[in-house]
Formats: sequence, C-alpha cells, structure tokens
Amino acid sequence: MSAGEAAGAARAAGDRRGPGAAPLALHAVLIAGAALTVAPILWMVSASLMSPGEANTAPPPLLPGRATLEHFRELFTHLDLARAFANSLLVSVLGTLCVLFTSSLAGYAFAKLPFPGREGLFRFLLTAMLVPAQVGMLPLFLMLKQLGLVNSYAGVLVPWLASVFGIFLVRQVALAIPQDLLDSARLDGAGEGRIYTSIVLPLLAPVLATLAVFVFMSSWNDFLWPLVVLSDERLYTLPVALASLMGEHVQDTELMMAGSVVTVLPVLLVFVVLQRWYIRGVMAGSVKG
Amino acid sequence: MSGPLAGRQARAGLVFALPSVVLILVFFFGPVLWGLWLSLTDFDLYAIGDPSTVRFVGLGNYARALESGEFWNALRVTLLYAFVGAPISVAVSLAAALLVDSRLARWKPFFRAVYFAPVVTTLVAVAIVWRYLYQPQYGLVNAFLGRLGVPAVDWLGDPHWALPAILVLAVWKNFGYNLLIFVAGLQAVPRELHEAAALDGAGGWQRFRHVTLPALAPVSLFVSVTTLINYFQLFAEPYVMTQGGPLRSTTSLVLYMYEQGFRWWRLGFAASLAFLLFALILAATLVQLRLQARRGGGGARA
Repeated sequence: MSAGEAAGAARAAGDRRGPGAAPLALHAVLIAGAALTVAPILWMVSASLMSPGEANTAPPPLLPGRATLEHFRELFTHLDLARAFANSLLVSVLGTLCVLFTSSLAGYAFAKLPFPGREGLFRFLLTAMLVPAQVGMLPLFLMLKQLGLVNSYAGVLVPWLASVFGIFLVRQVALAIPQDLLDSARLDGAGEGRIYTSIVLPLLAPVLATLAVFVFMSSWNDFLWPLVVLSDERLYTLPVALASLMGEHVQDTELMMAGSVVTVLPVLLVFVVLQRWYIRGVMAGSVKG
Repeated sequence: MSGPLAGRQARAGLVFALPSVVLILVFFFGPVLWGLWLSLTDFDLYAIGDPSTVRFVGLGNYARALESGEFWNALRVTLLYAFVGAPISVAVSLAAALLVDSRLARWKPFFRAVYFAPVVTTLVAVAIVWRYLYQPQYGLVNAFLGRLGVPAVDWLGDPHWALPAILVLAVWKNFGYNLLIFVAGLQAVPRELHEAAALDGAGGWQRFRHVTLPALAPVSLFVSVTTLINYFQLFAEPYVMTQGGPLRSTTSLVLYMYEQGFRWWRLGFAASLAFLLFALILAATLVQLRLQARRGGGGARA
C-alpha cells in the first residue's frame, strides 16, 4: 500500500465516521510497522541473554532457553568494557557542558548584544553547516598531532567544544527575550555578566535542555572521529571498543549482542526519559536554513 | 540607548561570542583551509615523520583520483547510496508519517516514539546487530523469509545484495527522524483546506495530491536535502558490516577516504577525496534547490 493510498483510505474512512474496516487495517499496518521497527532491538536484548552458541542454532530461537547474564559479566570483567563505558560517559558529559557553555553565551550575544560586524560573522559561521565534517578531519588530526593531543581525551573532545548548530538554536530562542527586561536590569545597575547568569540563563533553560540531549546523544554515538584520533585501547569510547571487540569475537553472537545492549541502552533510556526535549530539538533543526 | 551603555553591550557581546568563534575558527574553518592546501600536496607517511619532505603537486591528487578505478567505484557506490537510499528513506518516512498522523490513528505518541527509537540508537551497535540478523545460516532475516518460501541469501557476502542490505539498515535507522518532521508539517496543514476540498467533492487521493502534498513542499525540500547529504556521508554501516566488501561493492567515498588517509596515511590524496565529496554534496544540494525553485514549490525556509 502506498503512502497516498493509505492516507486516502484513512481520510476517506474518517469522513464516513463508520466503524468500518479502515481503522482496523490502519492499526494493523501501524502495529506491523512498529513490530518490524523494534524487532532488531528486542532480538539484540534477547540474544544477549542466551547461552553461548545458542543464537547460532537452526532454526534461530527468538527467546533464550534459560536467560543468563554471563556475557555482561564477561564484558565488565575480562574485556574491560566498563572502562570504555566510563570513557564514553566522560567525553559525552564534558562535551555537553562545553557546548552548553559556549553556545549559550554566543547565541545570546548574536541575538541581543550588537557589536560591529556581528551579522556578517553570524552568517559566516552558518556556512560551516554546509561543509561536511570529513573535510576538516584529516588536517585536524595533523594539527592535534602537532599539539600532542592525538590519543587523548582532549583530542576526542575537540568536535564538542563549540557548535554552530547550538549557537543557531540558542539564538532563535534568545531573540524572543523582551528587550525591556534586559534594559531595566541595566538601569538598575546590573552588569552584563550578571544579566546573563540571572536573567538570560533561566529563560534559556528549555532550549539548553534540548541542546544538552542532542549533544549528549551525538557525542555518545559518534564513531568516525574517535576511531581516527584514538589508538590506545584504554581510551576507546564504546562504539570504537565495540567495533574492535568485533574483530576477535565475531563468532560470539551473544557476547556481541550484550556489548551492543550496553552501548545502546544509555541513549535509549535518555531518549525515553527526555523524549520531549529531544523531539523539540528535531523540530527546531528542521527550520534551520 | 546611550553611548556608554551601547559600548558596554558591544564589548560584552564580543567577549560572549569569542569562545565559540575562536574554537570554531581554530578547529573547523582552519582545518578546512589547511585541508585544501593538503589536497594539493603529496603528504604521506614519511611527511608525518619529517614535514620537510612534503612537495606541492598542484592538482595531481585530483587527477590521480579521477584516473583511479577505486575512486570511480567508490563514487558509483556513494551515488547508489544517495540516489537510491535517500528517496526510499524519505518515502518510508512520509508514508509512516501519514499513517501516524491519520485522524483514525490512536496511540499516536506511542507509535511516534517507537518509530523514532532506532534514530537514537548507536549506529555501530545496531550495525553489528544487523550483521547477525543478515547471517545466512542462523540470521533471523533468512529464517523469516524462509517461512515465506524465499530461498536463503548470503546478504552481506554477495556483491549484488550487500549494498541493498546496508541500505535497509540505513533506512530502518533513519526514517523516524524525517517522520517527526513530516508529522509537524502535516499538523501545520489547515484542517479547513481539507474540509473545503471535501465539500468540493475531492476524494482521499485527490486531497492528498492537491492539498497535503503542496502544503508539505517546503518541509519535503528540507528533508530531501538533508537526507541526501547524510547518505552521501555513509561510513560506519559498511565499515562495521562489510569492511567495504565483497569486491568493494559497498565502499563509500568516506570509507575510501578513511582507508587512504588513516590506514595508508596518504593524507594528501585523501584530502582531495574529501574535497571531491564536498563538491559533490554542494552540487547535489544546489541542483535540488534550483529544481524546487523552478517548480515553484515553496522555496527555501527561513
């Protein structure tokens, strides 16, 4: 069924308001789609609990015969995935804090604090969104090598220090702050720093929450840059550690699925808890131009 | 606003903007310009040890790329990812958005969240999951298709099937993102438009064609441009699932660039690949914007 037909059927049936077959068919399609969408995630969890080798039997079982946590134990004891987990957490939290700090200041300045050349500078920064990140990646690597930052936490953090998207997002919201509010604080003798911390930041809290979820997830899931900049296994973030684990343990389906669960679960949880903020960010991103 | 106050604000504005501006100049625009220079040199493994061995080679790297079969293969693969994958992805998103947003649909937030879940997952982890799902003997994909009477396929081991198999994973992973944007677009279509069209006797399909689609035009433009750009940059999927094989049939430009730059340390050559990709993305974006403008559909959004 094509999109048009489905929508047409749904709308047509809606007009008749009958309890006909259309709502049933619609929900059958929606539920089938949802089942297909979550199936890989559910299977990942299920296989991570199977005994070694159980997933590689024919026909492949959907559920573990007897659930076991031994693969998770293995990952956190012998294979030291806990370290990769801690690395990922460190990089994502620090990166999120950095972007929040730099973007909230700059986004507010570009919206409310006129200085010479401001508009031109902002437009120039926006052109960064047109350039694929890979274009700067090779020289950035060489640059960090000269600075001695290759293979360090600082090196992984570099893409998460400031964000053009973050500035753009904050500026959109900051533009709506009433000028009177700022001006009357100035008349009362408040300095610009104080105005930022006590008036602007509280008003920006919702958009900063959105930005935080966004940056946390992107940095947690990032693969290419940490892969390039890290060579010491002890510094690997989860995605890099997982890809490297795959090299030795490709036969151990259940173990690899347990590793995938460990990697995916935190972001899925963040999403479920903070859904509202994340979805808002997606919508805001869709009107950037 | 009085003079000293305005001056104070300008100073504060500069100070506030400074950290971001400096960081973005140093760690983004700087490297991009350096990359342009790099692409005109023969920077390689020896140059990392001793930068004085670097020679300027003009457009030599670009010429070498255009003469190499590897480049054309990676370009062909990338164009397939982009021009097959992106349209399918957008179509799936739109179809799902229409279903979720249908007036008859219940539990909308639930379906929206479920369809969105793959978007937030870690690409490397789910690529590994799918690699096992595609496993020819014990994978669930073949087990499921076997029930329907489809003979077993070695999805990632067959040069004909590996690329489509990767695209299925990519679409599964991404469609929820554009779905949200489409749903927002659909909700912005005034209900009266539909009602007026219905009064004029327009059927469901006609209303979709003449009311819904035109109203979605600006959103569709944004969605198709960004989706196309994303598919041009496919990397982790083939890296994890096939290492670019079998027979290089899934090696994207970014994967090729990664191999040349960080496996063989041909940084000059790899930089030229990065700029060729950039040119390609820019060209595709401009063409799409131009097409849309000519059709008179919506135009760019502010």
